[in-house]
Amino acid sequence: MKTSRRDFIRISALGLGALSIGGSSIKAAGKTLFSKDQLNKLMMKRTSTYCEVCFWKCAGWVYSDNDGNIKKVIGHPDDPHCNGRLCPRGTGGVGMYNDEDRLKTPLIRVTGEDGKQTFREASWDEALSFIAEKMKKIAAEHGPECVALFTHGSGGKFWGHLLKAYGSNNISAPSYAQCRGPREVAWIGTFGEELGSPEPTDIRDTQCLVLIGSHIGENMHNGQIQEMSDAIDKKATIITVDPRFSTAASHSKYWLPIKPATDIALLLSWMHVLINEGWYDKDYVAKYTYGFDQLKEHVKDFTPEWAYGITTIQPDVIRKTAREMFNAAPSVIVHPGRHVTWYGDDTQRLRCVAILNALLGSWGRRGGFYLGIETTIPGFPHPEYPKPKKTWRDAFPGQFVLADLALANGICDATIPAASRDCSFKGWIVNGTNLIFTLPDIRNTKKAIENLELLVVIDTMPMEITGYADVVLPECTYLERYDEIRTSKHRIPTIALREPAADPKWDSKPGWWMAKELGHKLGLDEYFKYKDIEEVLEWQLNKVGSSLDEMKRLGVKKMKPEDGQLLYFEPGADIEFSTASGKIELYATSFSDEGFDPLPKYTPHPEPPQGFYRLNYGRAPMHTFSRTANNPNLTDLMDENTVWVNPKVAKVWGLSNEQYVWLENQDGIVSSFPIKVRITERIRWDSVYMVHGFGHKNEKLTRAHGRGASDSELITTVMVDPIMGGTGMRGNFVTFHTEKPAKGGLL
Amino acid sequence: MRYAMAIDTKKCVGCSDCVVACQTENDVPIGYCRDWIVEVTDGTYPQLETEIRSERCNQCDNSPCVRCCPTGASHYSEGGIVLVTPEKCIGCAACIQSCPYDARYTHPKGYVDKCTFCIHRVKKGMEPSCVAVCPTKCMYFGDLDDPNSAVSKVLKTRKYKVLAPEAGTKPNVYYLI
Repeated sequence: MKTSRRDFIRISALGLGALSIGGSSIKAAGKTLFSKDQLNKLMMKRTSTYCEVCFWKCAGWVYSDNDGNIKKVIGHPDDPHCNGRLCPRGTGGVGMYNDEDRLKTPLIRVTGEDGKQTFREASWDEALSFIAEKMKKIAAEHGPECVALFTHGSGGKFWGHLLKAYGSNNISAPSYAQCRGPREVAWIGTFGEELGSPEPTDIRDTQCLVLIGSHIGENMHNGQIQEMSDAIDKKATIITVDPRFSTAASHSKYWLPIKPATDIALLLSWMHVLINEGWYDKDYVAKYTYGFDQLKEHVKDFTPEWAYGITTIQPDVIRKTAREMFNAAPSVIVHPGRHVTWYGDDTQRLRCVAILNALLGSWGRRGGFYLGIETTIPGFPHPEYPKPKKTWRDAFPGQFVLADLALANGICDATIPAASRDCSFKGWIVNGTNLIFTLPDIRNTKKAIENLELLVVIDTMPMEITGYADVVLPECTYLERYDEIRTSKHRIPTIALREPAADPKWDSKPGWWMAKELGHKLGLDEYFKYKDIEEVLEWQLNKVGSSLDEMKRLGVKKMKPEDGQLLYFEPGADIEFSTASGKIELYATSFSDEGFDPLPKYTPHPEPPQGFYRLNYGRAPMHTFSRTANNPNLTDLMDENTVWVNPKVAKVWGLSNEQYVWLENQDGIVSSFPIKVRITERIRWDSVYMVHGFGHKNEKLTRAHGRGASDSELITTVMVDPIMGGTGMRGNFVTFHTEKPAKGGLL
Repeated sequence: MRYAMAIDTKKCVGCSDCVVACQTENDVPIGYCRDWIVEVTDGTYPQLETEIRSERCNQCDNSPCVRCCPTGASHYSEGGIVLVTPEKCIGCAACIQSCPYDARYTHPKGYVDKCTFCIHRVKKGMEPSCVAVCPTKCMYFGDLDDPNSAVSKVLKTRKYKVLAPEAGTKPNVYYLI
């Protein structure tokens, strides 16, 4: 399979060599074109920021030239999220600012005399007045609780504050029930606290890192990648469980090419081996855990031989890898992963992961999980929020009780009127999340949207969701605005400042300004008793012994941990965990109290029908979901996704490399756009793989439109987690069409 | 002085940060690049090996591009770095044809462009931008004549290879394997 880079994959930009030998460009050569210092302009201005291209929020410095043009963004050396090194998206973040396809002015939906709906450009005053009137009407007729917020991004804090002041606490982020929710609930059920972000994985000092479908390196969680690299340098053992030969798998000592959807069987078998061989931290388990005997009894039959029949992983590999974990314990991390909504039993799978870490004694130990330390910044004073009379939970009596945050899909479902409910949502405010791509089953999302009286979308780009809005508000990018001070749990507490490096382009505005102005129109001035955000930041920073001036100078400030805050448990210390038993619960009493299995079980999941392949999806390091799909710098690195197909499968279907195909799923849904085939041994024969976030329908996204296919469109089977309402999305199967089918997609 | 780079294929994840950092640092126009990512997979599922590496001009000791340049635009600079003087370049692209690494391209302004090891940064004591940005810290840069440089030290302890040794170019980018 060895090929040269010309024949094979070229992830980076094109346009080298032969393509450029044309004569026309040569004519342009002339001495006057080359100023002496052209390639090394002096960078005169430096402003502080933290990145908004993903949720990792790395701090950095933005460098601008004498004319005020933003030239580059460089990681802040004192920032523990990035240690001076931004990832490709952060480095290419300037493309978000430069993108000429950005939303430029507020838009209001209007219906012409011919019945045709269009957007008309509006002033901010018009747009916000329009929203305020609608919100007042909804509050009067249905109650303010019938307006919900969906958010992913820094501006969400201001919108959340506005919504609470208005009288609703239905604030949701798809990053919960469509992503990391199950692991948080599993962690709360086991350790009595959630993991949060960045996860406190002590990868830097680990001796064994176990990844279960977590593709670090393709997901660009910056600090973790850096530390995985450190771990490789220190010869740590990496064990990767993935049906695909991921980048992480290629860097691992052990790759376990598991049959998809059988992870729980492997995890139970690992527990069986650890307990039966006595390969667990006996002191830690005795002192800190609850329910070991029940667990031992529960896993007694889950032998590696039993698991082999389910997972296709050889029994000796299961034993060997269990031994590797024990050898490293407690400096071992069975990584919880991040996007974990796969098969609807995800909370239980993550319970397995939590239990394994507890058996190995890695929670609160060096090389396992550290205890993150955070500085709290007091909120700017405001009157108490009105108490909402109802919440999204009322739509799901007795369901998803262990969910600790609002479900984006729950709010979506509760927007579709049903006889069983007296309340349905009437208004959505959508901040920085392309719900058409983030929520599974687009048909359901569209149905919900049809029932809305008001849909406000705040974004920097004309993402698909903007096409359904009544009002579109153009947000300026993170490089053009202030936001709240970034605080985060880490080994050392830090605060970071985001300040504008340039004026907002066109008529775009920062989130804090929009929320304040809309608050004014809603008569909520008492909640916004400040002139501008600088006044808020100054007040907050003063409270923690800093100032805006100091932060502009420092960018990132290391804070002093409070007395008694330790990174790891002290040996032999008595610790009270925030669970019912006060211990780490191997046997989860909070689960049994609610009628859920207190110990995780393996249940088989549906298999692909004949001629279909399981649709697995993931990330590419140079993109963040669909958010970056039109970024000129990042599309230059990758401008479409491909569908990975095993050579055996390609042969059956007569597919060739780089051929475009349409995908059809088990429900007869066909991708709106064709996708390029990548024939590779790196994928199992029972599944295909594609990177999420491509296949955009909106022609206003000139670089992203029609490039690749959207996995979201093909996810119409949703396996809902009964414990916390997460949407399992890996139970979808696709087949190939080499000619465009008559049927269309859902976009 | 002999500048060289070593790139650890055991750590590189192919994220392309080096590519975009080079573009923003050196004003490389979108659509072009001075460095790029290569991925090579060997074997049959599940017996697989994948090597991922960041490639660029090898700053060869015996550079075919310098030898074939009719105007002297391509030349050796300090520490053996191969540079192109845009004012002297006539855009004939002979160097592009001669390079076994496909490391050069014609800039839209008409001259041939390539990796400079960020000599403008190196002169100030900084690392090349690709090395400085890499989240995996898989790149090592320095002077081979200095036994204490990062690149000298890592080449002493690790196995390595160069690309296309058969071309006889004596490249100065090493891949740790």
